[in-house]
Amino acid sequence: MNKWTRRAFIGAGTVAGGGFLLGAGCFTFAPSRHSLVSADAAAKGQLTTWITITPDNLINILIPHCEMGQGTPTALAMMAAEELAADWPLIRVQEAPALDEYANGYVVRALGGGYVPAMLGRGVDYGAYKLMEWVGMQVTGGSTAVRGTGEWGMRVAGAAAREMLQAAAAQQWNVPAGECVARASRITHAASGRSSTFGELARAAATQEVPATPALKHPDSFTIRRTSAQRLDIPAKVDGSAIYAIDFTMPGMLYAAVAIAPVQGGKLLSVDTTSAESMPGVKQVVKLDEAVAVVADSFWRARRALSALEPAFSDAGHGNVSTASIFAAFDHALGAPPAVPKNAAKVITADYRVPFLAHATMEPMACTVKVDGDRAVVWTGVQDPLNARSTAAKALDLDPENVRLTNFLLGGGFGRRLPYTFDYVDLAARIAKAASPVPVKTIWTRENDLQHDYYRGAAMSRHAGALDANGAPLAAHSNYTGGGDGESTFMPYAIADKDTDEKKAAHPIRPGQWRSVLNSQHGFFKESFIDEMAHAAGKDPFEFRRGLLGGQPRFKAALEKVAAMSGWGTPLPAGEGRGIAICESFGSIAAEVVHVAVSPAGQLKVKHVYAAVDCGDVVNLDGATAQVEGGIVFALSAALLSEITIANGRIVETNFRDYPMIHIADAPAVTTAFIRSDAPLGGLGEPPVPPLAPALTNAIFAATGIRVRQLPIKNTPLQTT
Amino acid sequence: MPINLIVNGTPHALDVEPEMPLLWALRETLGLTGTKFACGISACGACTVHLDGRPVRSCVLPISAADGKNVTTIEGLAPGGGLLHKVQQAWIANQVPQCGYCQSGMIMAVAALLAETPTPSDEQIDASLTNVCRCGTFVRVRAAIHAAAADHGATS
Repeated sequence: MNKWTRRAFIGAGTVAGGGFLLGAGCFTFAPSRHSLVSADAAAKGQLTTWITITPDNLINILIPHCEMGQGTPTALAMMAAEELAADWPLIRVQEAPALDEYANGYVVRALGGGYVPAMLGRGVDYGAYKLMEWVGMQVTGGSTAVRGTGEWGMRVAGAAAREMLQAAAAQQWNVPAGECVARASRITHAASGRSSTFGELARAAATQEVPATPALKHPDSFTIRRTSAQRLDIPAKVDGSAIYAIDFTMPGMLYAAVAIAPVQGGKLLSVDTTSAESMPGVKQVVKLDEAVAVVADSFWRARRALSALEPAFSDAGHGNVSTASIFAAFDHALGAPPAVPKNAAKVITADYRVPFLAHATMEPMACTVKVDGDRAVVWTGVQDPLNARSTAAKALDLDPENVRLTNFLLGGGFGRRLPYTFDYVDLAARIAKAASPVPVKTIWTRENDLQHDYYRGAAMSRHAGALDANGAPLAAHSNYTGGGDGESTFMPYAIADKDTDEKKAAHPIRPGQWRSVLNSQHGFFKESFIDEMAHAAGKDPFEFRRGLLGGQPRFKAALEKVAAMSGWGTPLPAGEGRGIAICESFGSIAAEVVHVAVSPAGQLKVKHVYAAVDCGDVVNLDGATAQVEGGIVFALSAALLSEITIANGRIVETNFRDYPMIHIADAPAVTTAFIRSDAPLGGLGEPPVPPLAPALTNAIFAATGIRVRQLPIKNTPLQTT
Repeated sequence: MPINLIVNGTPHALDVEPEMPLLWALRETLGLTGTKFACGISACGACTVHLDGRPVRSCVLPISAADGKNVTTIEGLAPGGGLLHKVQQAWIANQVPQCGYCQSGMIMAVAALLAETPTPSDEQIDASLTNVCRCGTFVRVRAAIHAAAADHGATS
C-alpha cells in the first residue's frame, strides 16, 4: 500500500482546461497522489483533489460520495466553503470519479497527524467501525460522510486553500499574510485598500506552499454551517432533468429483462428459448448460471418476451424454508427466558419479533455495461463505485483498471447499493458480455427487486426483567437471534445487572444492511422492554427512563427535550396515547415521541411525531431536518406495513400491492429539534429510524393497553370493543 | 398504423405496438426520461403524466389510449421562458425532494390536483394523492401543496 505522508496528499497545480487547482485533496484521501503528480499529471487532467477555483471565480468541489437523497454533497460543500471563506452561491459540486485516488477510509492513516478524529478514537459505533473497514472503498454509508469526510477532509482542504490564497495575496501586495482577510470569495487588505477575487488569485495561490495543518475556524464564527442552504441537487429533481442510472442512454444501446432463480442460490436447469427469440425486437436470449435474460431493442419488448419463457430453476436445497420454519428455529435457539435474580419482587418476560424487510428503493436496480475486448464501461447507481467496478471486472474476468464506471444519482439507497451487494452489476456485466460489443442496459422490475434483495434480517429477542418492591429495576437480560453488536444492543440505563447474548440460528435468506442496520431491530427490542418494565413498575415511561439516565447526560437531555416538545404528561382524549423511545446509533442520539389515536374498532392514526436529536452539531439545518422527517416516515412505513415472507424457499411478496408503503394520508406531522452538544459530529441518515417503531408501539399501549410485540403492526388487532 | 400523439406540444407519430405502455414510449422512443418506472402496476404513481390535462399512470396505459391526445410530462409542465410551474417553485422553496425519483410523478399528480381543486384541504390532499415516496418527503409535500395553492399570482 501507499506510504503515508501528508505533503504527498495536499498539493496544488494547474488543471487542464484553464482552471487552477487549489487546496487539493486533504490528508484523508488521495493516498496515491504522489504517483499522480508527475510533470504531466495536470495536463492529463488527473484531478486527484477536491477543490478547483476557476478564473471566473467559481469554486468546483469534487465530492467522494454519492447523492441518494441525503444531501451529502451540499453539506460537504458547506464544510469546505466555510473554511475557505467562499461566497456560497459560487460553489459547484460534482461527484468524484470512481478511481482509487478518491477511496475513503484513509482517515485511519491520519491518526497521529495534525487532526485526530475523535469519532475514530471512540471506535464504538457501527459507522466509524465501517469507515475503518472500508479503507480502499468509496462508500456512502454508515452515516459517515459529514462526520468523516466532512469533518476530517473537507474542512481541512478548504482551510488549506484559504491560507494559500491569503499567502498569494500577501506576496503580490507585499504585505503580511496575517493582514489579508478572506471573506465571500475575496481576499482584502484593509490598510492598503486592495482586494482581489479568489479567481484572480488562483494561479498564484496554486504555487504556494501547502500548509500541513491549516487553522480551522472556531464554530462560533461559522457563517455557512448551521444555516439552511438549499440543496444543490434539487432544481434538477423538479423538472425531469436529473439523470439516474435507469435513465442513461447511448446510441445503439439494447435493453435486457431478467428472470433470476427464485430461490437464492438456485440454478437455471432448462429453458426453451425459441418462443422468445422470434418475438418482435428480440436480439438474444442469454442463459446464465442462475438466470435467463432477454436482450431486445426496448425494455418493454424484452420483458414481454421474457414472460413467454418458462425457465426451470433448482432450489439450492432450500425448498422447505418458510417464515414459520425460520422463526421456529429462532424460538428454539433462544430457549428458556434468561434467568433473573430470584429475590426480585416482580419478574416480567416478553418476546419480540421483527420480519425480513426489503429496501424497495423507488428506482429499481439498473446498470448499463459495454464490453469491448479487454475493456468495459459501466453506468450505474451505487453507494460504492469502486467495489461496483471490481464486481463488474470480476464478472468479466478483467483487470479493474480496464473497467471504467460512471455513477449517477441514486433513486434511493437505504443500504441496498452497498459493497458486496452488487448482484445487479454482476448480472448486467455478464448479460452485456454475451451481447458484446453492443451496450446493454439491464433493468430490474419491481418484482426482481423485491424478490432478490439483500434483506434486513428477521430477528427475535427474549427478555426477562426484575424489579424490586419499589419498582426499581434490578436486572434486564435478553437473548436474541438475527445479529447484534455492541452499539445496537447498548442500553444506556443504570440497571445494575444488564446482560444480552446472541443465539445463532442459521437460515439461507441473504442478509443486507438496511437503513440503521442492526439498530432497526434492537431499537425495537430494548425500547419496548424498558417500556414494559416501566409499566410493570407502575411508573411513567418517561420518568422511569429519565431516572435511569443520571450517568448519561446526552441521553437525559434528549429525552427531556422531546418530552417537553411533545407536551408529555398533558391529558389526551380517550383512545389517544403517547409513546417515547431513545436510541443512540452512528454517533447520534435520537429521542422520539409518537402521538397516536386508536378508534374502538382498531383504526390506528399516527398523529404527530416529535424528535430531539443530538448529532453534536448540524451542518445544513434544513437538510438535517429533512433527514429526520424522512427517516421517521421510512421507519413508520416499515413498522406499520412491511414484511417480507418466505414460502418454499422463495420470497412471497412481488410488488407494491403486497409490499405496500404508506401514503401521504398516513404520514404524521413531524416536529424536529436539534441539540447542540460538545460531542463529535454524529450521523443523521440513519439515527432517526431506530426509535420510531418502539415509540409507536409504546404509544399504542398507552392508548389501548394492547402491547404490540411483533412487527409489522398490521398483524396485531387493535380493537378495544 | 402509427400512433399519433402530441407530447409537450410537439406532434409525434410513433410506430410501436398499440399495447406498449405510454411510459416506455416516452422514455425509450422519445427520450423523455423524467417520467419514471418504479412498479409497473400502477401502484406508486412515479410514472404519472397528464393525458388531456388529467393525471394518468403511464406504466399501465397502452399507448393506443393516447392516440390523438395531448400528453404532458414533467419536462413540459413549466410554461417556458425560464419560468417554472408554481408546483415546481413550491417544491424548490420547500426543499421537497430527497432522492427525487418519485418526485416527477408526485409533482404531476399535485399539478393535476390543483388544476381541479385550487386550494385543497388536507382531507382532499389525503384522498387524492396516493403516490409512494420511499424517502418519506410527505411532510414537505403537504407544506408545498399548500404553498403552491396560496400562490395565486404565479404561473399555473
